[in-house]
Amino acid sequence: MTSTYKDSGTASLNDDEEFTDILEERRRNTDLGYALRTFNPQPYKGAPSCSTSDLNKAVLESQYLRYIAKEIALETGSSVEKVRQEARGILEEMSHNLQLGFIRLMAYTFNKVFKRLFRSIYVNMEGLNMLQQAIQESPVILMPNHRSYVDFLIVSFVLFTYDIPIPVIAAGIPLASMKVVGEILRRSGAFFIRRAIGSDKLYWAVLSEYVRTIVRTGCAPLEFYVEGFRSRTLKSVVPKLGMMDMVLEPYFKGEVFDITLVPISISYDRVVEESLLALELLGVPKPKESTTGLFKASRVLQEDYGCMHVNFGRPLSVRQLCEGKINRSEYNLIPRDLPQRPSTEIQDCVNWLAHLIVRTQEEGALISPWSLMACLLLQAPITTLTEEGLQWHGLTEKTLWLRKLVLDFRGRLNWPAHTPDSDVMSSTVALHHSIVHHKAGRVYLVQDGNPASQDPLSPEEKVMRTAAAVLMLVSYRNQALHVFVRPGILATAIHITKSTQKDELFSFFCFLRDVFSSEFIFIPGRASQDFDEACSLLQKCGAVYISQQEVTVLETGLEVLSFLQKLLQPFLESYQLIFRYLCENGAHVFTEKQFLPAVRNLATKLILSGDLHTFEVLSSDTQKNVLSALRRLEAVTKLRASQQNEYKVNKAAVRRTGDILSGKFPPESLHAIPDARL
Amino acid sequence: MASNSSGSDSSDRQRIAQQRLSVIAGHLQRPVEGNSGILAAECKAQGDKLDVSSERRTVPRRRQEIMKWNGWGYSDSKFLYNKKGQAEFTGKRYRLSGMIIPGLREWMESTFSANLQHKTPAAPILNSSAVQPPTLNEAFLKELKSTGIPFSHDAEDRVFRSHGHCLHEIFALREGKIGRVPDLVVWPNCHNDVVKIVELACKHNVCLIPYGGGTSVSSALECPPEETRSIVSLDTSQMNRILWIDEKNLTAHVEAGIVGQDLERLLNESGYCTGHEPDSMEFSSLGGWVATRASGMKKNIYGNIEDLVVHIKMVTPRGVIEKSCQGPRMSTGPDVHHFIMGSEGTLGVVTEVTMKIRPMPEYQKYGSVVFPNFEMGVACLREVARQRCAPASIRLMDNEQFKFGHALKPQVSSIFTSFLDGLKKFYITKFKGFDPNRLCVATLLFEGDREKVLQHEKQVYDIAAKFGGLAAGEDNGQRGYMLTFVIAYLRDLGMDYYVIGESFETSMPWDRVLDICRNVKARIVRECKDKGVQFPPLSTCRVTQTYDAGACVYFYFAFNYRGLSDPVHVYEQVEHAAREEILANGGSLSHHHGVGKLRKEWMRESISSVGMGMLKSVKDYVDPNNIFGNRNLL
Repeated sequence: MTSTYKDSGTASLNDDEEFTDILEERRRNTDLGYALRTFNPQPYKGAPSCSTSDLNKAVLESQYLRYIAKEIALETGSSVEKVRQEARGILEEMSHNLQLGFIRLMAYTFNKVFKRLFRSIYVNMEGLNMLQQAIQESPVILMPNHRSYVDFLIVSFVLFTYDIPIPVIAAGIPLASMKVVGEILRRSGAFFIRRAIGSDKLYWAVLSEYVRTIVRTGCAPLEFYVEGFRSRTLKSVVPKLGMMDMVLEPYFKGEVFDITLVPISISYDRVVEESLLALELLGVPKPKESTTGLFKASRVLQEDYGCMHVNFGRPLSVRQLCEGKINRSEYNLIPRDLPQRPSTEIQDCVNWLAHLIVRTQEEGALISPWSLMACLLLQAPITTLTEEGLQWHGLTEKTLWLRKLVLDFRGRLNWPAHTPDSDVMSSTVALHHSIVHHKAGRVYLVQDGNPASQDPLSPEEKVMRTAAAVLMLVSYRNQALHVFVRPGILATAIHITKSTQKDELFSFFCFLRDVFSSEFIFIPGRASQDFDEACSLLQKCGAVYISQQEVTVLETGLEVLSFLQKLLQPFLESYQLIFRYLCENGAHVFTEKQFLPAVRNLATKLILSGDLHTFEVLSSDTQKNVLSALRRLEAVTKLRASQQNEYKVNKAAVRRTGDILSGKFPPESLHAIPDARL
Repeated sequence: MASNSSGSDSSDRQRIAQQRLSVIAGHLQRPVEGNSGILAAECKAQGDKLDVSSERRTVPRRRQEIMKWNGWGYSDSKFLYNKKGQAEFTGKRYRLSGMIIPGLREWMESTFSANLQHKTPAAPILNSSAVQPPTLNEAFLKELKSTGIPFSHDAEDRVFRSHGHCLHEIFALREGKIGRVPDLVVWPNCHNDVVKIVELACKHNVCLIPYGGGTSVSSALECPPEETRSIVSLDTSQMNRILWIDEKNLTAHVEAGIVGQDLERLLNESGYCTGHEPDSMEFSSLGGWVATRASGMKKNIYGNIEDLVVHIKMVTPRGVIEKSCQGPRMSTGPDVHHFIMGSEGTLGVVTEVTMKIRPMPEYQKYGSVVFPNFEMGVACLREVARQRCAPASIRLMDNEQFKFGHALKPQVSSIFTSFLDGLKKFYITKFKGFDPNRLCVATLLFEGDREKVLQHEKQVYDIAAKFGGLAAGEDNGQRGYMLTFVIAYLRDLGMDYYVIGESFETSMPWDRVLDICRNVKARIVRECKDKGVQFPPLSTCRVTQTYDAGACVYFYFAFNYRGLSDPVHVYEQVEHAAREEILANGGSLSHHHGVGKLRKEWMRESISSVGMGMLKSVKDYVDPNNIFGNRNLL
């Protein structure tokens, strides 16, 4: 079977994971025949069949909602009936209306679209088989990453193809307001959640009861994005815990025997929205989701987006994962229908699980040759990329070197087998013609000119234009980042501290891990495991020698260490710049609205003057991550009273963090001993 | 079909009521003389003299004369596969005795993948040389002799009193393995004998372990291996008289060693009953009920042991504790009875108890209801409890137990009956559309005067109908209760063919019943798989008691252990996990089996450190030298 190949790199135990192209058969048969195929899935064995109206009725009549309605009525002085009426309205806006007919319609349309967009959609059959098993045994939560709008219904599409029950999917409310499409999505199983629910108690109550009822009854698999939204940077986002709390509560309260979490990693050779994402990060607002917008976007159908991989991870038993970590008997003394704030033990466990899922998604993602090239392109001086061009030959050689390193680091690489490396390289560059072009043995960064306009660009505009191209590269680099982060942080620690002492390196490693934990995914409480992993990977690739107390850099390892250190350099530079801004330029109290453009202006100036070498600090994502890092380190506090997202900065603390980061002081051993059970 | 009472006439009902009473009471030949069982017998300390009244009792001093040494119950009663390979139940004592049970073999083979070719026979006789020689406290022994209280250090006598009926205890005996056993057995004949024994034990620092019926399932009777003193088993079985009956106040004063079947039988002779019928009532003793907070099947009418007891006399190392009057309720600080009830032999020996009695019910009627699924059944029981109209007993079996009950149907003699059975089955599964793999059955027992019973019955069936329940006849109900008495015998049969199992119980609020049943059963299945059990286990449950605020649930768990090197250890790990699951889901540590040593590790989490301290301080005051050293509970 030609459409099946073996994934050459492996991060998991299964060495020979097989991916099958599901489009191949679609191309051979008619779309209509496919859409009308018999669909006869094996549902969860404990679940009574429950219709949409049964589900909604169960939610509205739940003890929990009755209780909350009474409470709200008391607080607001309105009648219980009125509050319940309001709850009904919320539920109407929210609830899905999954119908097989619409799944067929969806499948038909997707077939048409996907066959145009992608050369292949690869799915790992073993993961699907395990999922099929798991779905019969306990309620299943499907947890894909979210890198593109294209993947919103991809899981449903795959499950329909393989006779597995169709999930209901948590979606943002903007999708619901799209004409016709909103309704189609709703009937394809989407349910809609408002953004910024804040302190709307009734909304929370309806939503959480709705989600819990779906899980408790197991009437359909539930799909949601634990990252909360589409990652604009193609890098994993620190998980949001709201949905996770709701989904897991039925297990904590003993209402189900177990819950199965299935991490799903979706990776693209080329992301449909690549340029939109970069512009958005630079402060150009994203277009509102609208049906007409969708049709306008149809020009994207003309392009080639390579392959898509949908990797279904091994189903994880919540029961097994939580064993020994939590004591569920804390729910024994209050009726389970009443709201109860979970203990910190349970909250920590939820947080840990959410991080674990995102890490697993990362490990399941496939790294394309293009990601490796992006890593390398970004390490070249910007003028080389924009003006002189980078030597093709050198890039090829370095990319092949990096391929070996990724495999050493147990990354999951998607490098086409049986194809000469030079062909892989040039077809990759061809696929990404919107970002780079290859001419006369050199590679250049493509900068989206505006040929229609005769006005010459101002220097600031030029910076932004370059930045847009660079941020696109950055996002593809980010797809590979998770493989390098841990050894990269160790390499950075070695570079900054110049120490060989293991304990010193460990404490600096922990400090960096703390500072960057909004940037990269670290599983809470696993600092020492992360450190050990970093050590062993560096040792494995021959970069360092590790003894009981010391980490010695080897001559042969300089290339690796320098690559890794340069890979993370943009982050350090960006953080330092923003620290500097906060200490020197900013006021003591500022709003996010002031902060973002001010940092951007300062950075632009410094780039123009040649004092700053990274464009990444221009990204609003980086800027926001720095803010949350500082909040976590308690150098910045959010003012509670303010409506405007106001922050108060402790300049001394920021300066101190910056000084530690630059190696002036060693980090204090403020690092708490990690919870042994985590 | 819809009503099970229409077919039978009143004499038939009488017959069935009588039959049931005889199941409970008629295990031993009645004495010929019609002398009433009520006599204010004085204490006879001359052990060698034959006590006429005790001859009429079930339990002799030498239990081995009528009971198995390594299994449940009477030596003459057991399940076996006859030469034709059919299951039959031997003996004459029970309704099932002497009958062929055609469905049992297939059920056993399909449920456990058991095979008649693969036998695991028990050691046939007790090998006395395997028993450690007794450590005797000579000074104690000398003074004991002078009191004339009978005693023995015969190996068989000692082994009989070294265990209850936990799986690991019986399994070890079958293998001929014998651990620490009591060094001496004494048979006090009355309260004063006990006072003397306890005094001597204190004087000579001897460890006393009270022994009643020996039916514990909590390792309560196991001798603590770390105990270095001489261990004396104080067997109360000969203290078995009803000392008086007070017909004005409807109470009876009874010696605590009497076993349930004797107590009921003797009271029945005077037209009374206590109504306390724990499943073990053939062998368990009044003192044991008090010491473990026992619960009877008919508690809905008569109450649990704590509701039945009016007055208790207990001998402790500090002296005798009892209340000064028999008022039905008192406000005199915390009720000291509640230190005694559930003390599991750690504080002293209960010697005499005044219990409430009731006139025997005029009329008894069994019944059963089939529900489409367990969820509906539980909802029905909950509604019955809400309306406070529970019959004397109401129990709900899950689907697996329903099938098990079916497998235990004895061979029917007439084609007509089997035709009727087939018709019933057809009606329920085909006509009513019940899924045979999901339906479950509730068994009912009504008691009282005839009119009220019939009225009550209608009320309960009306509620059941609201939950999709179909009346399924008296016969199914009665068989359900009969099962209670023979199920313990069945375990011995299983153990002959590589199948081990046990039951355990808990109680929980109503809203958690379904969740706990599902989660615990699933946990058992998963643990078995994880521990390498080769065949799917039997993991089933039933709701056995209803209360205003919750219910009591029994779990039955058994598996085929072929291929396991240490099956008992696997069994214990699984039961441990199941108990953890129960506690994590809001179930109690025990509803009525007690804690013993088996469940001690969870006591602190169950009653808090302060609670433990309270119990500990009582123990420290009452028994500072740990004379009652069975180390249960704390």
